[in-house]
Amino acid sequence: MRKGVTMPENIALRDAYGRALVELGNANPQVVVLDADLALATRTSMFHAAHPSRFFDIGIAEQNMMGIAAGMATMGLIPFANTLACFASKRATDQIRIAIAQPKLNVKIAGGFSGLLAGKTGKTHQSVQDIAIMRSMPNMVVLVPGDGVEAAAAVWAAVEYDGPVYMRLTRDPSPVIFDDSYKFQIGRGVVLREGQDVTIVTTGLMGARALEAADELIMDGIKAHVLHMPTVKPMDEEALVAAARRTGLVVTAEEHNILGGLGGAVAEILGEKGPTLMRRVGLKDTYAESGSNEALLEKYGLTARHIARACRDVVTRRGTIEDV
Amino acid sequence: MSSKYSEEELKGIANRLRRRTIEMIYRAKSGHPGGSLSAADILAALYFKVLRLDPARPDWEDRDRFILSKGHAAPIYYATLMERGYFSEQVLSTYGEIDSCLQGHPDMHTPGVDMSTGSLGQGLSVAVGMALAARLKGRDLRVYALLGDGEVQEGQVWEAAMAAAKFKLDHILGIIDHNRLQVDGPVDMVMPIGPIADKWQAFNWHVLEVDGHDVGDIVRSCETAKTLKGKPTMLIAHTVKGKGVSFMEDNAAWHSRALTDAEREKALMELSFEEGRDHA
Repeated sequence: MRKGVTMPENIALRDAYGRALVELGNANPQVVVLDADLALATRTSMFHAAHPSRFFDIGIAEQNMMGIAAGMATMGLIPFANTLACFASKRATDQIRIAIAQPKLNVKIAGGFSGLLAGKTGKTHQSVQDIAIMRSMPNMVVLVPGDGVEAAAAVWAAVEYDGPVYMRLTRDPSPVIFDDSYKFQIGRGVVLREGQDVTIVTTGLMGARALEAADELIMDGIKAHVLHMPTVKPMDEEALVAAARRTGLVVTAEEHNILGGLGGAVAEILGEKGPTLMRRVGLKDTYAESGSNEALLEKYGLTARHIARACRDVVTRRGTIEDV
Repeated sequence: MSSKYSEEELKGIANRLRRRTIEMIYRAKSGHPGGSLSAADILAALYFKVLRLDPARPDWEDRDRFILSKGHAAPIYYATLMERGYFSEQVLSTYGEIDSCLQGHPDMHTPGVDMSTGSLGQGLSVAVGMALAARLKGRDLRVYALLGDGEVQEGQVWEAAMAAAKFKLDHILGIIDHNRLQVDGPVDMVMPIGPIADKWQAFNWHVLEVDGHDVGDIVRSCETAKTLKGKPTMLIAHTVKGKGVSFMEDNAAWHSRALTDAEREKALMELSFEEGRDHA
């Protein structure tokens, strides 16, 4: 399923998403797309060009956009509402709760520029809470694809699912880790690499970084098991508990606050179903800042090296009772 | 699906809705009497004369849509739906009980409820979405949204106002229940919304004004709105909060309050007198 480690190809999730939306529009006349004056950034401009009568620019009014999408869904349309992840998850939270999540309407919400890599726009436009916010909403499915292939597949899967879906997308080209034969399924985790010493649970772009970390760990004689969770909710509990039992140690990795996101979800499940020594790689409950992608990942501890370090740390503590 | 009801009959129905509302709020010991009573004549006119609907087919795709954006007026909305035949009196009596489909604020899984509401300022956006979808699907239907006057303090209302004008949604009729009171007191003191007609006109809407307790005029305004093209229409209905119950009228304290035994008795007596007079 996975391409070679040296795959040079990079695709931005937003580009894959934009192309998939166009194809989806060809296949399904009920699909409509809304944007809040960011169509060029979110790549819904492609859908606009291909299906102009089914594209609606709502202007800089995210709350209104969510309400309009909800109204359309009550009439049998399948709206995709687009804006940046930071605005989708916070500016319009109440509208999503009342008009979309509570009545379980068939609205798909795509949050672009998630995580830290939002150009150099800084903390206002980075999105490090969206998974936690969306995950806490009953009825909401939360998808966090790891590459362009998975992002495109997630678009199709979201439409097959009847209900609200939040999809987390990213801005810049990132490594492709799946090939075209990949079958995405909502709620299913994917083993990117088999190993028995420590499990790295990843979501989003951390999948590719975890594979790099796993390569690095081999030199230390540590065989990491990499379990990718493109669906943060509902989480694939079975795969998670099985991996945790097998390796006895878990490191989570996400471009998100360590509170309430993937790490939080994994800790909740393992706390009840198989207590496991854990480390969470992510934003340490802080906002970040403007900077180059490389500098941001380095300063805020989100590189492959940071994941590998967390893995070594838990491996050395295996079997010990931790002093906090 | 214009109904056979005469203006006199509509007045009687409005009064019956008020009495049911008082009973519901009394029994549940919870609810919003003031803004329910102010909307009684509007709901009677809409559900018994204006809206194209079929209570036997609540999911009929070509029905007109109605959104109670001021979701706290749920008691009178439920009374209206029951009287119109969407569910039984027995269901109505479960209002406020656990496991009832009649939630404190409207939920679209209740027969006849087209949209869930309850957090103010959101209904007009939903109306825009429904109206756009109707146009895209080639369905000839109208979308009605009832807003509170305090509710237009929410910024989202004006986002929706812009969008409805942009898309020229002349099949939307917004109605403002302009009873001039909100939780903390007079709207004009809490946060003035005037000049309200000018605001909607400036947002490129047609504006009509009506006595919100004259069912005949409400019906005629809704018919006039159907002839106004190119823009959505806002009907500003001048109402009295708590209308029909002397001690509730124009009293912000009755925005959200339960009734004592004596208050219930007095309210019902006044309303039965009203109904008797209407039918005299």
